[in-house]
Amino acid sequence: MDFHGLGIDFERLATPLPIWHGAVDADRWEALARAVAEARGRLVSLWAGDRRATGGGFVVSAAYAGLDGLLIAELTLDAEAPAYPDLASFFPAANRLQRAAFDLVGVAAAGAADRRPWLRHGAWPADFFPLRHDADPQARFDPQPDDYPFVPVEGDGVHEIPVGPVHAGIIEPGHFRFSVVGEKVLRLEERLGYKHKGIEKRFVGMDLDSGARLAGRVSGDSTVAHAWAYAMAAEALAGTSIPPRAAWLRALLLERERVANHLGDLGALGNDAAFGFALAQFSRLRENWQRLSRDCFGHRLLMDCVVPGGIAADLDGDAAARLLGQAADTRRAVEELKRIFDEHAGLQDRLVTTGRVTPALAARLGLAGLAGRASGQGVDLRADFPWAPYDRLAVQACTHLNGDVAARVATRFAEVFESLRLIEDILAQLPAGEIHTPVLARPDAVGAGWVEGWRGQVFAALETDAAGRIARCHCHDPSWQNWPVLEHAVIGNIVADFPLINKSFNLSYSGQDL
Amino acid sequence: MWHVLKRILGDGIVSEPIPEPATDWYAEEQSIRGEMLAILGRALAIREVDTGSCNGCELEIHALNNPLYNIEGLGIKFVASPRHADLLLVTGPVSRHMEEALRRTYDATPAPKLVVAVGECACTGGLFGESYASCGRVANVIPVDVTVPGCPPPPIDILRGLLAAVKSRPESGDINPHTFSAGFN
Repeated sequence: MDFHGLGIDFERLATPLPIWHGAVDADRWEALARAVAEARGRLVSLWAGDRRATGGGFVVSAAYAGLDGLLIAELTLDAEAPAYPDLASFFPAANRLQRAAFDLVGVAAAGAADRRPWLRHGAWPADFFPLRHDADPQARFDPQPDDYPFVPVEGDGVHEIPVGPVHAGIIEPGHFRFSVVGEKVLRLEERLGYKHKGIEKRFVGMDLDSGARLAGRVSGDSTVAHAWAYAMAAEALAGTSIPPRAAWLRALLLERERVANHLGDLGALGNDAAFGFALAQFSRLRENWQRLSRDCFGHRLLMDCVVPGGIAADLDGDAAARLLGQAADTRRAVEELKRIFDEHAGLQDRLVTTGRVTPALAARLGLAGLAGRASGQGVDLRADFPWAPYDRLAVQACTHLNGDVAARVATRFAEVFESLRLIEDILAQLPAGEIHTPVLARPDAVGAGWVEGWRGQVFAALETDAAGRIARCHCHDPSWQNWPVLEHAVIGNIVADFPLINKSFNLSYSGQDL
Repeated sequence: MWHVLKRILGDGIVSEPIPEPATDWYAEEQSIRGEMLAILGRALAIREVDTGSCNGCELEIHALNNPLYNIEGLGIKFVASPRHADLLLVTGPVSRHMEEALRRTYDATPAPKLVVAVGECACTGGLFGESYASCGRVANVIPVDVTVPGCPPPPIDILRGLLAAVKSRPESGDINPHTFSAGFN
């Protein structure tokens, strides 16, 4: 199948959503990026690999979302001087992805303006590329000099506030460099990668089931989404389709993960605006939610519930009735809390116009997921490419046009109500039957998975080696897309509003540091 | 405001009883000295340090602040700087990029600087283990007093680990805090 009239032979992967995979040359690599950008498509992910051990070369892949689904273009690179045409001029989100691909595999984006390291700080030397096949897995290095060139801001009265990597709250580590005049933020530059713990190297050589546990720990708050995307990739690669009941239960888990995160974040957002009542209320709702997850699914955060081939355990006894009861109780409580939020002038004063990302800026920078929807980007895979069981649930994407903290709060409220509705509909229509099918890994195969997690689109690409073990697994969290946009959202705001703005996006450090 | 007050009154107090301290989680190589704990009593200031977790442990540590566990009601609170802390609560394997930050945080914490490692990764290195990018368990980088297993450990287990760390408070009040040096380093 050809798209955009470029003569690229795309092959459909055996996935429930339309995912296409095709090889390109350097000219078509660039032409495809241009065509997708002109058609207002989005860059979902970019990653590199090393196939020299099996007679191939280096490869770089880009995944684009558009009206046809997800197009994965794969470009084979020269083994001696691996380089590919830069995509950052078409998709700003490519910048950090390309820098990460260089740090891990040593393939360069030719012509890229920003060549600073991204995931590599001082833990390994510049000539060591951990994802190359000949990189010694036992390698350990002395700390290397690490002098990252932040972009300086100069002028009368400008000063810098460095924050992190160890932050003042119970938060993941990262560094923020604020350039301010008085209270006002002129520029924020992020530096991430502190949590890089070598996840993608860890995948190499694992069997599919062990890989699922690791994928479920790419970002703990999105464990269901990452585990589902990974499982979808594993099933596509094996040519397995899962029993209907397993698909419905996965959706139940995914919606419960979405509600849990929104409840936690709504409370924390109130708290960051000095409304402690909200934290007490929402954190209690979240705790009850997690306890029922433990009772019904065996884990408070739902880790390891989604496995390749289906799900790990079925609902038993009165679980469905308890889940339904909790959905109704939670809706009542959240409706009351929403009224309190809406009527609280002091709270609204902190939320409205704070940390604004206009729809035009969101479109240009590729703002993803929940934050994108709050800035007018009506993208939601559950509605756009409804795969089973969403094809039977008519998901309504929740959008807003204001793009400020208040809009992201409103979108979260709307998504809580929509997910509660989905949970009730899923439980009402849940088909009987098996919950698991064996997945037999094919050797030298590729698969991909694509899921709308609570934060946005989660993507996984998987390749097996000749023995059917994992040769390469790339897990992509939408935080990659949204971290750079946060830098824009804070411009012109006061420093004291940064925690509020940051929390309204609530991005994963672990999910992008890998 | 009326709705807020109505809701608060309607809920009442939902906090649950305190669990037993988990003294079997004392790290083998370190046992907590009773005299250090006498200084602390049961009021405890915690600095949380994530050195590479998947953020699952952070979610469960956050949950300790919810009204059901009501950790501040026990005299335990999270503080914004290691210089204000009695105890470091560390999660995740220690990524090599966080190794120095963890050491500096430890150095900035005044004695007796208890350390509780939370979660499978912090206790053993977990799924991530040791590699070019990860130093593995927390004890590979700084001394650890208590390890709390689980992936992630539920809040009640984290609380039991914290209570184990502050347990041996003497019944009598005959210990003079001035005989012990709180110390600043």
